[in-house]
Amino acid sequence: MTETLPATGKTRRIRLADGTGPVLAVLAVLLVALAFAGPAYSEPAGYLALLKRAAPLMILAIGQYFVIVSGGFDLSVGSLVTAEVVIAARLIDGDEGATVWVIPLLLATGALVGLVNGLITTRLLVPSFIVTLGMLLVLDGAVFLWTGGSPRGALSEAFRVVGREGFEVPLLGAVPWSVLLLAALVVAAVVFMRGGTGRTLVAIGDNETSVLLGGGRVERLRTLAFVLSGVSAAIAAILLGGFAGVSAQVGDGLEFRVITAVVLGGVVLGGGRGSVVAAMAGALTLEALFSLLNLLGVAGGLESAVQGVIIIAAVAYASVGRIPFRTRRST
Amino acid sequence: MVVTGLTDEAPVVRMRGIGKQFLGNAVLRDVDLDLHPGEVHALVGENGAGKSTLMKILAGVHRPDSGSVELGGSEATFGSPREAQAAGISIVHQEFNLLGDRTVAENVYLGREPVRRGQVDRRRMEADTAELLDGLGERGISPRTPVRRLAVAQRQVVEIVKALSTDARVLAMDEPTAALADHEVELLYGLVKRLRQRGIAILYVSHRLREVFDLSQRITVLKDGEPVTSTATAELTPDQLVRHMVGRPLDALFPDRAAESETGAVRLAVRGGGNARLAGIDLELRAGEIVGLAGLQGAGRSAVARAICGVDPFATGTLELEGRPVTIGSPRSAIRHGIAFVTEDRKGEGLALRQSVRDNALLVRRAAFGRARGLGALDLAALLRSVTLVARGPGQEVRYLSGGNQQKVVLAKWLAVEPRVLVVDEPTRGIDVGAKKAVYDLLRGLARGGVAILMISSELPELIGMSDRVLVMHEGRLAGELPAGPSEEAVMTLATGHTTVEAA
Repeated sequence: MTETLPATGKTRRIRLADGTGPVLAVLAVLLVALAFAGPAYSEPAGYLALLKRAAPLMILAIGQYFVIVSGGFDLSVGSLVTAEVVIAARLIDGDEGATVWVIPLLLATGALVGLVNGLITTRLLVPSFIVTLGMLLVLDGAVFLWTGGSPRGALSEAFRVVGREGFEVPLLGAVPWSVLLLAALVVAAVVFMRGGTGRTLVAIGDNETSVLLGGGRVERLRTLAFVLSGVSAAIAAILLGGFAGVSAQVGDGLEFRVITAVVLGGVVLGGGRGSVVAAMAGALTLEALFSLLNLLGVAGGLESAVQGVIIIAAVAYASVGRIPFRTRRST
Repeated sequence: MVVTGLTDEAPVVRMRGIGKQFLGNAVLRDVDLDLHPGEVHALVGENGAGKSTLMKILAGVHRPDSGSVELGGSEATFGSPREAQAAGISIVHQEFNLLGDRTVAENVYLGREPVRRGQVDRRRMEADTAELLDGLGERGISPRTPVRRLAVAQRQVVEIVKALSTDARVLAMDEPTAALADHEVELLYGLVKRLRQRGIAILYVSHRLREVFDLSQRITVLKDGEPVTSTATAELTPDQLVRHMVGRPLDALFPDRAAESETGAVRLAVRGGGNARLAGIDLELRAGEIVGLAGLQGAGRSAVARAICGVDPFATGTLELEGRPVTIGSPRSAIRHGIAFVTEDRKGEGLALRQSVRDNALLVRRAAFGRARGLGALDLAALLRSVTLVARGPGQEVRYLSGGNQQKVVLAKWLAVEPRVLVVDEPTRGIDVGAKKAVYDLLRGLARGGVAILMISSELPELIGMSDRVLVMHEGRLAGELPAGPSEEAVMTLATGHTTVEAA
C-alpha cells in the first residue's frame, strides 16, 4: 500500500466508450451479411441508403440515451413524432414560405413537450415511465382529435428536402442531407458527453445523491435530458415527414423501437452506464437487421417480435455480464 | 479485556496450510487456523490481507488450492455454502440479508420453512425461533415481529439466530459491529459471551481493535495472505497488534498536531445555529486547525456537518465565513463558498460507483462549477498522487477499488475544488490501517496548508489523536470543548451529559 502507481494512463488505448464493443461486432456482421444478401449493398450507395433510413431512429436514440443514462425513460417520442408531422403538414399546407418559421416552431414544440415531461418527473416526482406514458396518450388523443384520423394539409418541397434529397460527392455518389445532419449531431452529442455536463448526467444515473451533495443541479440536468429527447423527436419528425410523407401513423411504435436500439447499444436501463455512440450504433444495427430480414423475405410482421426478443436478450446479456465472476479481494 | 485461559479441548476446525490463488495472484499462502469450541478467534489484518477469502473457504464459498480443512477431526471438503452449513458452519455477513416485511421467524427459516400437510408450519417455525432467541437470552424480540420494526442491533441478533438455526457449531462473523451504534455493540458483546458458553466456536473478523481485545481469546494476524502471528490475546498489547498488522506502532499513525503559530484567523463561525435536530450551536473553525466533533450516535454530530454543508441547513442563527455572514441553503452554495463535505456514507452518498476514478474525482468540479469555474487548472495526475491513490489508472471504475482507495477518491474530488473549509464525517470508517494512516496524513497536510477542518469520528482514539481541539455534543447541543489530547473519560463524560463544562 505504500507505493503509489502513477494514476496517469500514458499508454492510453483508443477506446470508443465502454460497452461499445459487442454492438459494433454485431453491426459489422450484419453489414457484411447485407452485402451477401442484396446486390444493392455492393456499393456505397446501398449503405448510404441504409444510413438515410436509419437516421431518424439514430437521432431519436441520441435523445433517448440522455434520458435513459440519467435514470429515466421517454415513451412519448413516438407520439411526439406523429404530432410534429401532423402539425407541420397542417401549418405549411403546401405553402413553401411557411417552412422557414414552421421548422423552428417544431423544434420548440419538441423542447416544450420534453420540458413538461422533465418538470413533472423532477418536481412532482412522478416516475418518468408514467409521465411519458401519459404524454404518449395525451399526444395520441390530441392528434386524433385534431385530425379526425386523417391528417390534412401537405408538406412543402423545402421541408421535404432534408429527409429526401442529397448532394453529390465524388466517389460516394449522392449523399443524403439527412446523413450529413446525422453526422453533425453525432459529433455534437459526443462532444457534449465528453464535457462536464455530459459526465455529470451519467453520474446522476449512477448515484443521484452523490451529484446532489457534490453541488450538482440534478433536477435541472434531468429536465435537460427530456428536453433534448423532445428536440431529437422534432428533428426525427422533420426527417420522417420528408422521407415518408404525412400520415397519422408515422411515429407508431417508435418509442419502443428506440428503447430497443439504445438497450441494444449496451446502455443500462436505470442509468449510469453506456455511451451515446453505442446507443446510435444500436439504432443502426436494428435498422440493418430489419433490412436484412426484409431482403431474406421474412414477413414484416415479424419485426416487432424480433424487437421483443432483442430487448429482452440485450438486457439479460447486460445483467448477466455484470455479475462479477472475479472474486473480490477486499476483506 | 477478557482474559481467559485457552481451552485445551481438541479444535472443532483445523485448517492447515491453506493456499488460494485468484487469476494467478496468491491471496492466501500456507495459513493455519484452529477454532476451539467456546472460543472466539479473532482474524485481523489490513484490507486485502486475505481475511474474507479464508472465511469463505471455511464456509464453502471457495475451495482451497492447497491445504486441508478438518471438521471435528475428519477431513472436510465443502462444495457449497449449503454443504458447509449442513456440517455446522454458518456465516454472519457484514451486510444484513433480511427481508424487512417478513417476520423474524420467517426470516430465520427463509427458504427452509418447516412444512406440515403441504403448508408452512407457522406455529412450529415460531416456536423454534422463540426457543433459539430464548437460548440467547433475547426475550425482547418476538418471532412474529416484522424485521423492519426492529432496531439495527436486534436485526443483528436475528442474523445470528438465523445462522444458529442450522445447528451451527462454528460461527464466522464478518465485521459484525459495522452497522451497530456504540451502545448496541454492548448487546453484541453479551450475545457473543452466551454463544461461547454454549460451546460454539467463533471466528471473528473485525477492524476494531477494541472489540478484538474485548472479545477474543486468540488472535491471528494476516498480512498479504500470510499468517504473521497467531497468539493468545492476553499475551498481546494493542500496540504490538498494530505493529504486526502494519509494521508500526499505533501512536505513529497520527501526524503531529498544529503548532500555535500554524493556527490562523477564524475561517468559519456558527452562532446560535439550530434546526429540527440542533439547538444553540456556537462554534468556530480556524484556518490550519483540525477540530474534532465527538458525541454519541444520534447526538447530532452529523447533523452539524450537514447543516454547515447545506444538506439540512440551519434554520436559525448565523453562519460567517471569514467574518462575513453568508447564507448556505444547499450543498451547491456551500461548495461555492469553499466548504467541502466528505460524508459518512461513502457508497451511498459519496461515489458514483460505476463511473471511473477520473469522473468521480472531477464530479464536484463539474457539477458545482459551470464553465466559468473560477478555479485554477487541474492536474488530475498530481491530484491523484497527492491522495496516494492506488488504482490501475484514471479510467478504472471506483467500485473495483478497495474501501481505502475509494475514500481517497472521495477526498480527491473535494480537493479538486480547493476548499477552505473541509468537513469530514467518519473519514476512516471501514478502511484498513494503512489507508487510515494515509487519510490522517492527508488531513493534517491540508490543515498545514491553511484549510480549516471539522472532523467527526466514532473512534475516540482517532478523534483524540488527530484533533487540535475537541467539541463534544450531547442531544443536539454542544456540551463543551476540550483542548488537544483529552482523555477518553473526559470526552465520554461530556458526551453522556454528566456535567456541562463551559468552553475552555
